[in-house]
Amino acid sequence: MNEQARADTPVVATGLTKRFGPLTAVDGINFRVEAGECVGFLGPNGAGKTTTVNVITCMSPLTSGNAFVFGLDVTRHPREIKKRLGVCPQENNLDPDFDVRQNLLIYARYFDLSGADLARRVDELLEFAQLTDKARTAIDDLSGGMKRRLILARALLNQPKMLILDEPTTGLDPQGRHAIWNRVRQLRSSGTTVLLTTHYMEEASQLCTRVILMDHGRIVLEDSPGALVAREIGREVVELWDLLPGVEELIRQAGWPCEKSEERIYLHDREGGRIAEEIGARFPEQQRLIRHATLEDVFLHRTGRMLRE
Amino acid sequence: MAGEKEAPARMAAAGGEVFTMPWSTVFGNVSRRSWHVWRRNLDVYRTTWRTNFLPPILEPVLYILAFGLGMGTLIGTVLYQGQALPYLRFMIPGVISVSIMFWSYFETTYASFVRMYYQKTFQAILATPLLIEDVIAGEWLWGASKSVMAAVLMLAMTGIFGLISWPAGLLVVPLAVLGGLFFSAAGLITTALVPRIDSFNIPSFLLIFPMFLFSGTFFPIDVLPAWAKAIALCLPLTHISYLVRGACLGQAPPHFAASVLYLAAGSVVASGLAIVLMRRRVVR
Repeated sequence: MNEQARADTPVVATGLTKRFGPLTAVDGINFRVEAGECVGFLGPNGAGKTTTVNVITCMSPLTSGNAFVFGLDVTRHPREIKKRLGVCPQENNLDPDFDVRQNLLIYARYFDLSGADLARRVDELLEFAQLTDKARTAIDDLSGGMKRRLILARALLNQPKMLILDEPTTGLDPQGRHAIWNRVRQLRSSGTTVLLTTHYMEEASQLCTRVILMDHGRIVLEDSPGALVAREIGREVVELWDLLPGVEELIRQAGWPCEKSEERIYLHDREGGRIAEEIGARFPEQQRLIRHATLEDVFLHRTGRMLRE
Repeated sequence: MAGEKEAPARMAAAGGEVFTMPWSTVFGNVSRRSWHVWRRNLDVYRTTWRTNFLPPILEPVLYILAFGLGMGTLIGTVLYQGQALPYLRFMIPGVISVSIMFWSYFETTYASFVRMYYQKTFQAILATPLLIEDVIAGEWLWGASKSVMAAVLMLAMTGIFGLISWPAGLLVVPLAVLGGLFFSAAGLITTALVPRIDSFNIPSFLLIFPMFLFSGTFFPIDVLPAWAKAIALCLPLTHISYLVRGACLGQAPPHFAASVLYLAAGSVVASGLAIVLMRRRVVR
């Protein structure tokens, strides 16, 4: 009867609001995460992504509204909810007092896991994270990529029904990033629901079935990455720089949708390449680049190019 | 988990009404999972046990040498509760009492602060089924455990030198639990309040070190002027040293019940305050 209390829906949030003193970090957002989805929260710094994640993971109490995780109220059943979640925090908070394997064993104890089953599970996860030969290594001696993989392995100890990844690849080199992506894809294909936050549009495009774009604590857009790009930008973007006289005049007269940064103009080409053709014909000397539209264009279009912070 | 308590009080706490919350909601969220936090700290302690064991073993020996061979020969005997005691016999229970205070207080100040602030250990644990109340309770018990381990080692060492009356001396162990719980909670309150790790200097030098000197540890407080003795009688370490000295000498301490009650009630109040203040600091 109560739709919110359905135990098979990973997240149902209604009017979720979080204030820190005078600052409203999350401003009455509504969203759902369905089983098997990979939902990505995008947005500039301070948009409210991490705060939202902290409410869902019962780390931070909400100010008003409500949130149900697997049908459980975050304000009333934090222990039960946290048993079902695997959390990769933004900050590396591995335990530097222990080596790699001990980190997994001791973290498992917080979930009341122990014994031979656990030892086997730890071995599997070390294998999964490609850290088997680092089992006795001190945390301080791991590379950034290894630390992130270990945090991912740690989040899987309790066989979570939903994995929460807060900026899982920030600061990693491309190899490290792809290693994490591959593992997240593996988990997704085995049916794990994933909720992630990221600054990397490529990451969202690669992993997410649906993205939620936040800004100033509100949800700005929400759809699959492909649908968002098609709807908001179109298929192609024409970038212009070192503008020749008359080009801006043409754009204004034609009324082409565009965006300006300090040095460049980005034209959103919904007309199957006609804009690029026309500029090429009228101003063959104009510096330009024609490329596919990406989620990054959507992001910058909707949240602006101004620096935050 | 059948009968496991969930957390109705957390949200109210975060709303800022922390000081008006009923006490039942302070301890109500503490679960048996606190022991996982205690175990974690014990596991770290075990990997570094050599360095951990050294101070409580060496410290009494150094005191015995310095005060037994040095100072003590100048002082001779001390009049305590109407009897003349050799200075070492008087002082060693004071040294043990000071250690009970130091080992728990400095564990839950500097060491807990490092875990909370620098290592983000608390944040990592809070993503598991533990609540902040479990984490703080675990730290609290752990701080007291450090006092107990130090007291046991010091008791053994000073026992070798014939400075402890047996079996009464064994009572030092439960007294170390009591004193450890008190100062462990006091340390956690401090940790919840200090902005930076250097800030611990303020309570350390204004409260802890004066207590170290003026709590009947190195001289009987009876020699103080009445007003100073009255202040000394309010200090928790005074009561720990009365109790510990009683146990080490095999004599009933003065106002035994009052001392125990003071420390026990103080531990309960201080640990509750520690939970409330830590919740305010860590859960935002």
